[in-house]
Amino acid sequence: MCGNEALAEAAIIAGCDAYFGYPITPQNEITAYMSKRMPEEDRVFVQSESELAAINMVFGASATGKRTMTTSSSPGISLMQEGISYLAGAELPAVIVNVMRGGPGLGNIAPSQGDYFQATRGGGHGDYRTIVLGPSTVQELVDCMPLAFDLADQYQIPVVVLADGILGQMMEPIVLDKKPRRELPPKDWALTGAKDREQNIVRSLWLPEGALEEHNYKLQAKYEQIQKDEVLCEQYALDDAEIVVVAYGVAARIVRSAVNQARKEGIKAGWIRPITLWPFPTEQIAKAADELSIFLVVEMSMGQMVEDVKLAVAGKTPVLFYGRPGGGVPTVSQVLERIKQLTIPPKKQ
Amino acid sequence: MKTIFERTPTLKDCPTHYCPGCGHGIAHRLIAETIDELGIRGRTIGIAPVGCAVLAYNYLDVDMVEVAHGRAPAVATGMKRANPDKIIFSYQGDGDLAAIGTGEIIHAAHRGEQITVIFINNAVFGMTGGQMAPTTVLGQVTATTQQGREAANEGYPLQVSELLELLPGAIYVERCALSGPAQIRKAKKAVKHAFQLQLDAAQGLSLVELLSPCPTYWRMTPVKAMEWIEKEMTKAFPLGRLKG
Amino acid sequence: MTTNGFYEEIIIAGFGGQGILLTGRLLAQTAMKQGLEVTYMPSYGAEVRGGTANCMVIIADEPIASPLVDRPDSLIVMNKASLNKFAPRLKNGGLLIMNSSLIDTKPKLDDSIEIIAVPVDEIAVELGEKRAANMVAIGAYLQKRGSLSPDAAAACLAETIAKRHHKTLPVNTEALHRGAEFTKDNE
Repeated sequence: MCGNEALAEAAIIAGCDAYFGYPITPQNEITAYMSKRMPEEDRVFVQSESELAAINMVFGASATGKRTMTTSSSPGISLMQEGISYLAGAELPAVIVNVMRGGPGLGNIAPSQGDYFQATRGGGHGDYRTIVLGPSTVQELVDCMPLAFDLADQYQIPVVVLADGILGQMMEPIVLDKKPRRELPPKDWALTGAKDREQNIVRSLWLPEGALEEHNYKLQAKYEQIQKDEVLCEQYALDDAEIVVVAYGVAARIVRSAVNQARKEGIKAGWIRPITLWPFPTEQIAKAADELSIFLVVEMSMGQMVEDVKLAVAGKTPVLFYGRPGGGVPTVSQVLERIKQLTIPPKKQ
Repeated sequence: MKTIFERTPTLKDCPTHYCPGCGHGIAHRLIAETIDELGIRGRTIGIAPVGCAVLAYNYLDVDMVEVAHGRAPAVATGMKRANPDKIIFSYQGDGDLAAIGTGEIIHAAHRGEQITVIFINNAVFGMTGGQMAPTTVLGQVTATTQQGREAANEGYPLQVSELLELLPGAIYVERCALSGPAQIRKAKKAVKHAFQLQLDAAQGLSLVELLSPCPTYWRMTPVKAMEWIEKEMTKAFPLGRLKG
Repeated sequence: MTTNGFYEEIIIAGFGGQGILLTGRLLAQTAMKQGLEVTYMPSYGAEVRGGTANCMVIIADEPIASPLVDRPDSLIVMNKASLNKFAPRLKNGGLLIMNSSLIDTKPKLDDSIEIIAVPVDEIAVELGEKRAANMVAIGAYLQKRGSLSPDAAAACLAETIAKRHHKTLPVNTEALHRGAEFTKDNE
């Protein structure tokens, strides 16, 4: 099972009732897998006529209270932004997996992390956020799926799982487990037919004066709650670190190898790996910045998450960047070389 | 005193935001009556478009969702597939269905989605200020065809019902007009038939196109608008049951 | 990436259609069954259709960080283009298994690199199944490295090969062993 198929099966285990998707490389294994497995489970699979249609099918299924998801890769996710904005506005839960590829434009089909801005800034129009998860192993990708559905339902929010071509295509041993679920609020807002009750309305239009402002404050309160409660990140060897390398997803695996190697060579290196890209582990990074270590951010892009790291570090210490765009993947030796450049000779105070 | 005419329960008792002489109110009533007569309020979900009818849920007392411009057939697909026992209808104008949402309606029909589509054709974009719609007839003056629509520049009026008629997945397509009591009675029958098909789990999409007056942007009195439908609009959009 | 433990990085490369990805999956499956950590990363998409295929497999007794192989410990190449592309990346002290049926020259590599040239196509043809050449190559590799046995790999064939091709299990098993024997005979 490749990462794409594994995440699909994990979504089924997590109770995904309906899947809608449109073919695009490098995530086609998901659509193919779902077309076989969802009918077997007596659930819904539709190959849509476009990503635009797919995200709106998700919107429809979600409005009726069902667990639903779509998957795509970068250009297709761009097309979905309209629908994601409407989902956010209407406060509908949904899971959207982006198996990122190189851009801009048609770009290529190689792995990339070029959609960080799009995912973490909302991506579509309006004042909103989506929760963004950035797994770095196939096991974590699989574990992300039930979490994504739970977060979506708990906060009535679209959740983006940001993977890339490597995670989607690679294989490694995994355990598919039915994890204990969160306690979730009832979906009493869902459109199920107004039988013996007043009508339910799912909407994102707020025309009367002040109504939309009020709605945005309500969304903001929810986002603040998420920032308070849902940050996930992993840290390693920060105690004595002179250099902290920050990376997420597959780039973080490369960083882990490079940092391990650096430690062996006597360099005091550590790393921070954000798992939730929004909410971003701002506090954790700010704390590490208090120790005045140098920061190196490694991405498969020309520098997107580095801006969030800089915001967190707030000028207390230098934040440097190394990345490769357009399907280029930094190698362990390239990252190691950067670590050495920044630490040898040792930083003087 | 004997009541001989009353509001059907699914039509809410509230003031309307529609202009005098607008056809939306009539179309809403036909849908509400149908829902009440079929006794399906408790299992019906409606989809409001972007356009003048975006607030349809203020008048129709059923579960409703408001969706992105043109995407109602995709949303309806998601709803119906995930809830085969529910009755799903979309209510869309000509900008919504025949311009920005052409792809969605064609493909929903193409897949034979078991949904009901009420298509309001008033030959103009109402909500945004009376611009040309794909269904604007030749010679018609709008905010964006100030000399009148010309085929050479803006193309011919788009006949969506005739397009959909060709698709095996569309099982019932009928065009009616909201231009007078006799036509409205026909339209009611068509709307009810379209819902009944879904209730009977008929295998495909049903669509009723309603030629509907927009006196404001046609710059006519409501009475003249009704006449204009019959005299002019029906030339480009002939009435009748096209399929099913 | 501690050097104390076992950490083997492998690239397998050749033409599309030579069973490159299947070979990588077999290796990964075998390692997993032995309780080892493993990652498998195929080339995908246009590159596959362009006529070349490769995959990266890492086998270790500790969690694997990066699944990408920059400098392999072992390289199995089934055609010349792949040899030219990947051989310069081999680590010193590494192992090269090359398909001498399609590669007639001996590459100039560091002396510390061991080269085993296996006429995998000829051996497979002898067995009556040209498409089993990949199994000959992997058999030769397993015998040389010794960390996983050809028998263990043979036991994983059924779960790696699609059911519709299961009639080829005996010949693929045979090919694995012939590859292993070739290495033994030439040591």
